[in-house]
Amino acid sequence: MTDQNKPLRSRPSLREVAMFGVVSLVLLASLAVAPAKNYFSDWRHYQKAYLSLASERQNGTLVKSFHSGIRQTWVPKLGVVDRCESCHVNMSGALVGATAQPFRKHPPIPHKLEEFGCVICHRGQGPATSVEDAHHTTDAWEQPLLPARYVESGCGQCHLGPVDGTPRLNEGRKLLASQGCVHCHTVTQPDGTTLKASDDPPSLQHIAEKTSREWIFAWIKNPQAYAATSTMPNFQLSDQDAGDISAFLMAQSKPSLAANVTLKQASVSSATDPTQAATLYGASFCSSCHAMQNAAGNLVGGTVGPELTRVGSKVNPDWLRRWLNNPHEYDAETLMPHYRLDEKQLGVLTGFLLDKKDADLLANVHLGAGSADGVARGKKLVTESGCAACHQINGINPPQNFAPDLTKVGSRALAQIVFAPGMKHNLPEYIAAKVHDPRSFGPALKMPKFTLTDGQVDSLATALLAQTDRAASFPTELIVAAKHGSDYHAGGDAGRLMDDLRCLTCHAINGNGGDMAPDLSKEGSSVQRAWLEDFLSNPNTLRPALIRRMPKFNLTQPEIKMLSEYIGSAYQAPGLDSQTVDPHQLNADAAGRGKQLFYSRYGCNSCHIADYKNDKGYVGPALAGVGNRLTPAWTYKWLKDPAALRPGTLMPNFTLKDDEARDLTAFLMTLKAKQGGGK
Amino acid sequence: MKLLRMASLAVPAMATAALISGCMHASAPQALKPTSYGAQVAEVSGSKQIAQVGSTLAQPVVVQVNGADGNGVTGALVTFHGEGMQFTPAQALTDPSGQVTTNVQVGFNNGDYQITAETPKSGGGTSALTMREIALGYEQTLGKVVNDQYCIRCHDSESTPERVSNLDNLSPVPHQFVDGATLNRISDGDLNNMIAHGGPALGKSPQMPGYSATLKPAEIRAVISYIRTVADPPYQMSGVKYAK
Repeated sequence: MTDQNKPLRSRPSLREVAMFGVVSLVLLASLAVAPAKNYFSDWRHYQKAYLSLASERQNGTLVKSFHSGIRQTWVPKLGVVDRCESCHVNMSGALVGATAQPFRKHPPIPHKLEEFGCVICHRGQGPATSVEDAHHTTDAWEQPLLPARYVESGCGQCHLGPVDGTPRLNEGRKLLASQGCVHCHTVTQPDGTTLKASDDPPSLQHIAEKTSREWIFAWIKNPQAYAATSTMPNFQLSDQDAGDISAFLMAQSKPSLAANVTLKQASVSSATDPTQAATLYGASFCSSCHAMQNAAGNLVGGTVGPELTRVGSKVNPDWLRRWLNNPHEYDAETLMPHYRLDEKQLGVLTGFLLDKKDADLLANVHLGAGSADGVARGKKLVTESGCAACHQINGINPPQNFAPDLTKVGSRALAQIVFAPGMKHNLPEYIAAKVHDPRSFGPALKMPKFTLTDGQVDSLATALLAQTDRAASFPTELIVAAKHGSDYHAGGDAGRLMDDLRCLTCHAINGNGGDMAPDLSKEGSSVQRAWLEDFLSNPNTLRPALIRRMPKFNLTQPEIKMLSEYIGSAYQAPGLDSQTVDPHQLNADAAGRGKQLFYSRYGCNSCHIADYKNDKGYVGPALAGVGNRLTPAWTYKWLKDPAALRPGTLMPNFTLKDDEARDLTAFLMTLKAKQGGGK
Repeated sequence: MKLLRMASLAVPAMATAALISGCMHASAPQALKPTSYGAQVAEVSGSKQIAQVGSTLAQPVVVQVNGADGNGVTGALVTFHGEGMQFTPAQALTDPSGQVTTNVQVGFNNGDYQITAETPKSGGGTSALTMREIALGYEQTLGKVVNDQYCIRCHDSESTPERVSNLDNLSPVPHQFVDGATLNRISDGDLNNMIAHGGPALGKSPQMPGYSATLKPAEIRAVISYIRTVADPPYQMSGVKYAK
């Protein structure tokens, strides 16, 4: 054959045909991938399983009404596109009794699922349609499903204050404030408010008056060895560092106002009767605020003030006497009231507290006076460790932005995180590990180790995981702001007296103050003036079973007069006056009917004692002398709607009719104390 | 591709829950070699605790392995397991007093959890012990909050420094919420009426006040849900029951 005769295209060789066939098949196969993937998708499998379960267990309506296909919740204003219900098809519980996932009914919550979607609370990848992609970290998606123990963080994105039903979130937020986290870290909520610390780290400006260098050394080496309940974290200091810091703290100390006060020495012998001392400690209700280990080794007492189990190893005797005499001279900001103890009491109480010693605590601490080099090094360490973020220290300003801002820590990108070796690479694990033991991420890190239980770590992580990017961009109408207290303080002479007694440490008034004792904002309408005067001169608890009680402050008669007049006139409930109930209707007939209501109809005696001989109710205050204590108008209004006068009170609203409330008031007003006392 | 897909589908529906809690990925426990064998495993403490879903029980679970003479056996192997739960450790040898302590984390779902503690017996075979723990979801947690605020004073016999139990002061004595033997027989509707309108609504004592003007309907529902969850013996929902 010549070249001309050769056809333009030769017949394809067998090899070429085979190649073509293979390429075509590959093309067809690749085209089939997409439909196949769809056909074998997880959601299709689960929907089939659901339908077979449904047809097995229920009549056909559920199967007939079922629309198969991808199900999507789209909430544009929240940026939510969730397809979780493609597999979790039984969220509404239409198929009764399915307990295994993915067909479990969603447990009841106060929101509609279709209004918020799923990932707002549970995280994970909403638009994904496979189990793996939706639940886990993938190359394109960092946030896996949130472990169940942190799920309350979802609520915390909108609800900025405590919510009933989310105890872990509430506890976490409380800990952020009470453990002092927010002294160093800024945590700003979506409404722009910044979390405030609720702890009360003492000023160190006069520390040399109060304690020794040895104690400071032992304390900063391990605060919990001195007081197990201390919230001061452990900075894991070397002996050298702790020695230098203690030298600096002693060196920077300046005399306080208390140092100028001359105290008369007590005339009592130093060997005070220990029973008498313990009685004074008990009668002053020190344990309402301070904890102390009892003989059985149990810690008994409140957490407002520091634990006193080993206080004798800490304080200078002279400082303690001056402190007990008037704590405000040493620390003008302390929560401790000015007790007005006499010299004898001062001596007894000082002796009692100095006896609370732990010989082992300082046994091996021997430090002389600090060297100038040590003091300088100590100052550098104090500055670098951020001590001044919590404590006032002479010559060192509180550091600004000392620690990372945690406002959006709940959305922190994994790329910004340095994980410790062996850790799972996800955000909740990181936050929990960091809170639990910061130094496990490297010995050079500054954050100290806090003493927290596992439950507290989970709570803190929950509160921090609520600080998300998403929350910051939520529509403002979704945000439920926290209730913020006021900075109310009473004015005038009575106000100065109330500050001196630190009433607000335990009582709240007009939105400011503690929650240990009753809110006094409406006390003036509530109690009779004579009773109040009597109570202030000899406070006796109204609730026989209560351990924390109002201390006796040794007030003078004019002080009592001033205080009760001020409380009586300034703290009135609106819409309540002497005309609220007609005194003429509070007669013996009404009282008789009231007694019937009290014992038979409403069983008031199940919670209250009207008669110490027969009644045993321990829940509410004893009412045996209530006719001397409460005003008739308050009693009437209280019976009608207790929560209107004191929100959150235990006393239920019995929806009494007007005449029932009046008759009960008449009965209660007949319950007079025997000798006009406060019992 | 198909094979891959099929493989992932082969993981049953249960895997979802398991993966969430991540428990299946915990490294397989290294086989511990028991140095001795007991006859029986018995509970020391830790059952019937109440915790929120996904959280660690406040108290660890402690069991003891006893020999035939009833005394603790040291070095016996105890293995813990239970659906949806995580144990730290899941396997351990008994200490010198014959005891093993483990921390337990309950799973994602509210309701009952069964712990099984097993020990191999000296003559072969195993001795097993089951314990019950209770997990609270959102609604039961809310119920517990309401319970702790309003109900517990009279419906719980335990006193704390902050509150003294009023239970013994009352006659008739209120039923504790764990008293399933009594409360399981009362329907949800009756419980709701009693809480909302007081004891007299069902001809019972007026010591129980009505809370309809104090609690919201959702709060009353939550309390009932809590009562049902903590009941001992456990509350069985009425209606058809299915296997899982």
